[in-house]
Order: sequence, then structure tokens, then C-alpha cells
Amino acid sequence: MATFPFELVSPERVLFSGEATQVVVPASEGEITVLANHAPFMSALRSGVVTIDNGQRLFVRGGFADVSQAGLTVLAEQAVPLDEINPEALSGQIRNAEEDLRDAKTDEARTRAQAKLDGLNAMMAAIRN
Amino acid sequence: MPSLKDLRNRIASVKATQKITKAMQMVAAAKLRRAQAAAEAARPYASKMEAVLANLAAGISGSDAPALLAGNGKDQVHLLIVCTAERGLCGAFNSSIVRLARERINSLLAAGKTVKILCVGKKGFEQLKRNYERHIIEVVDLRAVKHLSYGEAEMIATKVIGLFEQGEFDVATLFYSRFRSVISQIPTAQGLIPAEIGSGEGGTKAAYEYEPDEAEILSTLLPRNIAVQIFRALLENAASEQGARMSAMDNATRNAGEMIKKQTQKYNRSRQAMITKELIEIISGAEAL
Repeated sequence: MATFPFELVSPERVLFSGEATQVVVPASEGEITVLANHAPFMSALRSGVVTIDNGQRLFVRGGFADVSQAGLTVLAEQAVPLDEINPEALSGQIRNAEEDLRDAKTDEARTRAQAKLDGLNAMMAAIRN
Repeated sequence: MPSLKDLRNRIASVKATQKITKAMQMVAAAKLRRAQAAAEAARPYASKMEAVLANLAAGISGSDAPALLAGNGKDQVHLLIVCTAERGLCGAFNSSIVRLARERINSLLAAGKTVKILCVGKKGFEQLKRNYERHIIEVVDLRAVKHLSYGEAEMIATKVIGLFEQGEFDVATLFYSRFRSVISQIPTAQGLIPAEIGSGEGGTKAAYEYEPDEAEILSTLLPRNIAVQIFRALLENAASEQGARMSAMDNATRNAGEMIKKQTQKYNRSRQAMITKELIEIISGAEAL
């Protein structure tokens, strides 16, 4: 099967760079599967899991997917390989975030805590599946 | 003429200083390696972002471009975001960034523009407040931050965008030091709003399909781009700071070594001179008998 260049980058590092035959991306309006020779396409991402054909699964939160002749580029605000997430540590973090949310005094702190909690919950949901 | 004891004390104190500078140099070297790796890891994201943005911007015609991309059409009030270190003892690192910012401030003021300054890092604030205290609107303190993450950049970006939307300024420029090598850091001024977009690889203006629509993507992409640019500036700055500190401390260690050598020679000479003098006294005393 034809392959295309695929890159998954977060601000902190490059998580995947190489050839892929099929990548599933959680686009804002539903999951899309990108194959080789996909038409130029650009979409925002929601929190979810990027699945690469070799079975690698990565959690991404926020960002963009860009398909062009040069291949697929996913720019994720946050990206973590699923097998690097430790469920116990994660549930601890969720508890902490819930506490932060309760303790938040200003609106700004509250929205920040809520955003953090949402991200963690999405990550938790991703592992469960 | 200092006594032998004075000389001994001086040598001991220079030696102690040398030990400190040597330790600082080694710490800076270790931190530099980490900072450099972080800066390099962030590069692909920033350059991809730029490419995507260039592609998008090329497709948007002049008048309906969002303000973050094209500016709001005025250039009366300038915001300068000056990123410096939180600590000193790193050679000319902080002052060279501040010098660049100061030149810009003076030329803007001479042209009758209003200048506002946002300081990131304590050192730049300390140097700028001497002359421009009333222009400084905010200081971001990153002293408590051990490990720079995207979150800090996002926080600064949110602040900047908030100010822009309230119409507090028209043009934003980011000042930081680009890391080229351990001995060469280049203070840089980079336009942030309106966005400074390189022509990129352009050309391939294929018919893109957008989901959700173009304007919406652009409106979320642009704030993110600002955060990414700030993040990159902070990382480059961190690497530059450690590089500058490393070479400054290397120089200091070498200077201390030279000083020790000179003082030791002086010490030995005066000790020798004293012995000779005593011998002469004894001999001439014996001859007189």
C-alpha cells in the first residue's frame, strides 16, 4: 500500500516522523482517516487519540491537522503516547485538579483549573477505550 | 609593599573565587545541554506552524484578514516584550538585549510614538526601569519556574492578546536572544503583531478544504502562533543565557588562574628577597667582627 510522510509534533518535541499508510485523526467534526494522496485538507483537532497504522496510539489535545502534497502534519498542543500514561498517576492528577477547581478563587483560576481537568478526563477516557 | 601574610590571604581568596566560578561554569554547561535540547525539540513545531500559517495567510485577501495577522492598521502605540534572564553573572547577555530594546524605544519615542513595555525576567526590568519606569506596564516573573513549558508561554500570550483586544497597543515586538553557539548569542527583535510571516515554501497554493471554515481555523491558529513564538523565544533565551554564563564563567576562572599565578610569583619573590636580606645581615655582621 502506498505510504505518505506523517509528522506529529508538539511544542516540546517531535513524537512521530516517518512514513505511514493510514492515520486516524480526531478532527473537530469527527474522526478522519488519512490515506496516501489525500486531497489538501486542514482541520482543527479535539482531544482524542491519533492512531497510526503500525498500532501506535497517541493522545492529543488541541491543535491542527494539515494534509498537503507534503503529507500529513499534526500540530498538537499536547501529545503523549498512550503507553506512556500511567493510569494511577493520572487518576491522582485528576483528583488534584478537582481539588484545584474547588479551591480556585478567581474566575481566571477557575477556568484554568477546569481546562486542566477536562484535558485529564479526556486522557483518562482515551486509555479506557 | 604588602606583607607575606597579605599576599597569602589574597591568594587564598582568589582561589576560593575560582572554585565558585568553576562550579558555576560546570552547572551552566549541564543546564545548557538541557536547554539546547529543549530549544531544538521545539523548532520543528514552530517551523511547521509557520508553514501552515503562511499557507493560510496566502489564501486570505488583505482587507478581511484578522487583526492579529495584519495588525489593526495603526502603529501609534508599540508594545515591546523584552525577554531577559532572571539571574545575572552571565556576561553581556542581559545588557545586550536591553541595549537593543533601548535603541528601539528611543527611536520610537523620537518618532512621537507611545511605548509600552512588558518585561519577562527580572534583570531586564531592573535595567529598563532606570530610564523607562513609567512605560513598563507589567513584569512577568519566571523565577519560580524550574522547567520552562508551553504553559508559561501560553500565559504570556494570553496576556498580550488580551491587551491587544482591549486596544492597548497596535504593534507588538518581541525581544530575545537567539542562540547560535556557546560564544555567540544574537539579540533579536521579532515582530509579533502583525504576524511576521516568512514567505515559507508558498507557491503550492492548492485548493484546501477547511473544517471548520477558514476564518475560524485562522482565528484559533493565530493566538496559538503567538504563544509558539513566545515559547520559542523563551527557550532560545534560556539556552543563550546558559551559553553566555558558561563563557563568562570560563573567562572568570581563567582570569582567576592568571591572578593566582601572578600573586604566587610575587609571594615567592618577596619571600626569597627576605631570606636574602637576612643572610646579608648575618654575613655583614660576621664580617664586622
